[in-house]
Amino acid sequence: MAELTAIATQIRRDIVRMVHGCASGHPGGSLGCTDYFTALYFKVMQHDPAFNMNATNEDVFFLSNGHISPVFYSTLSRSGYFDIKELATFRKINSRLQGHPATHEHLPGVRIASGSLGQGMSVAIGAALAKKLNADKNIVYSLHGDGELDEGQVWEAIMFAAHHKVDNLISTVDWNHQQIDGTTEKVMDHGDLRHKFEAFGWITLEMNGNDMDQVVETLKAAKALTGQGKPIAIMMHTIMGKGVDFMENDHNWHGVAPNDEQLARALAQLPETLGDY
Amino acid sequence: MLKEIQSTGNKDTRSGFGDGIAEAARKNANIVALTADLAGSMKLQQFIKEFPERFVQCGIAEANMISIAAGLTIGGKIPYTTTFANFSTGRVYDQIRQSVAYSGKNVKICASHAGVTLGEDGATHQILEDIGMMKMLPGMTVIVPCDYNQTKAATLAIADYHGPVYLRFGRPVWPIFTKESDFKIGKAQHFSEGTDVSIFACGHLVWNAIQAGLILEEKGISVEIINVHTVKPLDEEAVIKSLSKTKCAVTAEEHNIFGGMGDAIAQCAAKNFPVPIEYVGTKDTFGESGTPKELLKKYGLDIPDIVAAAEKVINRKKNS
Repeated sequence: MAELTAIATQIRRDIVRMVHGCASGHPGGSLGCTDYFTALYFKVMQHDPAFNMNATNEDVFFLSNGHISPVFYSTLSRSGYFDIKELATFRKINSRLQGHPATHEHLPGVRIASGSLGQGMSVAIGAALAKKLNADKNIVYSLHGDGELDEGQVWEAIMFAAHHKVDNLISTVDWNHQQIDGTTEKVMDHGDLRHKFEAFGWITLEMNGNDMDQVVETLKAAKALTGQGKPIAIMMHTIMGKGVDFMENDHNWHGVAPNDEQLARALAQLPETLGDY
Repeated sequence: MLKEIQSTGNKDTRSGFGDGIAEAARKNANIVALTADLAGSMKLQQFIKEFPERFVQCGIAEANMISIAAGLTIGGKIPYTTTFANFSTGRVYDQIRQSVAYSGKNVKICASHAGVTLGEDGATHQILEDIGMMKMLPGMTVIVPCDYNQTKAATLAIADYHGPVYLRFGRPVWPIFTKESDFKIGKAQHFSEGTDVSIFACGHLVWNAIQAGLILEEKGISVEIINVHTVKPLDEEAVIKSLSKTKCAVTAEEHNIFGGMGDAIAQCAAKNFPVPIEYVGTKDTFGESGTPKELLKKYGLDIPDIVAAAEKVINRKKNS
């Protein structure tokens, strides 16, 4: 577990350096979801960084809230999909690391474009159906922002997955209660999210997404619940901006990059553990 | 030559799709059909009967359907999404844009009930902007077949073509006058060679163009009729070759004149061989309820409209 925590610290360091490097991007949600990404890619998922688009006989992950691309890119490079040096090109001209994830530039590890919100669960369902048709027993994971659940398409997908018994799907909601214009309670209150998923026919779990032990254990528990005729949702409580004290719980850090002084303060809290890119 | 073109029967183009997808599925185990509560209208009965495990009922949720189709390609499937043209495009433009076109996914968007010939349901369902929307998307192939046989042939052909496709067809019973073997993606189909005017048509209006051509020939006008079933990528070579000969053109389509096939022809002409062009299409308007025949007449898409447009453009050529 100490090893996973060290990886997460380096990924957080990558995130703040990447958004600072291009003076744009989304650090808040990226930092909040870093422990989830670390657990998924370094512990839970069976995946091959050699990367084949069709994800044959391996688990597959879809990022629906594509704006947290910094954590996705850092995780992919740190787990061997591409050279960490490429992280320095994030959001710059001629880069494979687009502002929001894309397949257009053929970045290994990305299987669908995301950024326009609300589409990722549907895509994950499609991939899960393909696995069933191919008699492939592996699992499909997806991650969604809580603000993203404002989009009606997500609820179409939630209804579909239960109706069609898509039981090889584990969808996680980053329940940080923050969206661009303020708290989710203020902008568009989701109410009792967990029970909404349950009412739609999903198995639900809940975890502290910033407690590495809990994240690993909950993801393992979710995996054990697959194949029982129901899709699985994890309500993941996170702190937006986790790991950088002045960014924590502040929706203003949704899509703003730190300046030089703020970067120095952030990096002082995030020691280099695996070597910077 | 035009006199030799005979109708061998009448059938709706959507039935060509239904028969085509069943046949395609027999040949290719990766083909999957999705629908948004319109399996009957989309003529999927045979496919569902033979391949129930490869049929995905999405309910009335088109956005979800398009994105699920994109996901199915990750796993090697060839998904055909099926619903009316309005719900296949306008309703789900962003899903097509991000998850299908930008992501380069091998999704076949199959759309029936396009244009005013949908008839009595009225303007809410009669999309006249879909060709424009789809051809604007980078990498999207846009096919508008003209009869039952050609729709069947196109449905089969797109299975072997890798990349996103928009396949547009319709509801009404319509003459059958092509052979399946005539169809090749991206290759315009000539019905007659002529020297006075080129008529470029797609979809249901190809038949109307041929009928208009017969009338024009009676008047001693030499007409070249070309079926532009593949609107994108456009067969520019065929267009330029024809324009170089006739030096004027009419375009005919069941679509708004803004952004449709006619615009594609005009752009090709402007870049390569500028000539006078007249557009037969809807004039920046919505449709309304009525029979297909009444609507074609009221909205200027009928045989006499094509004849008039041809005579007008020939006069423009003479006076220029």
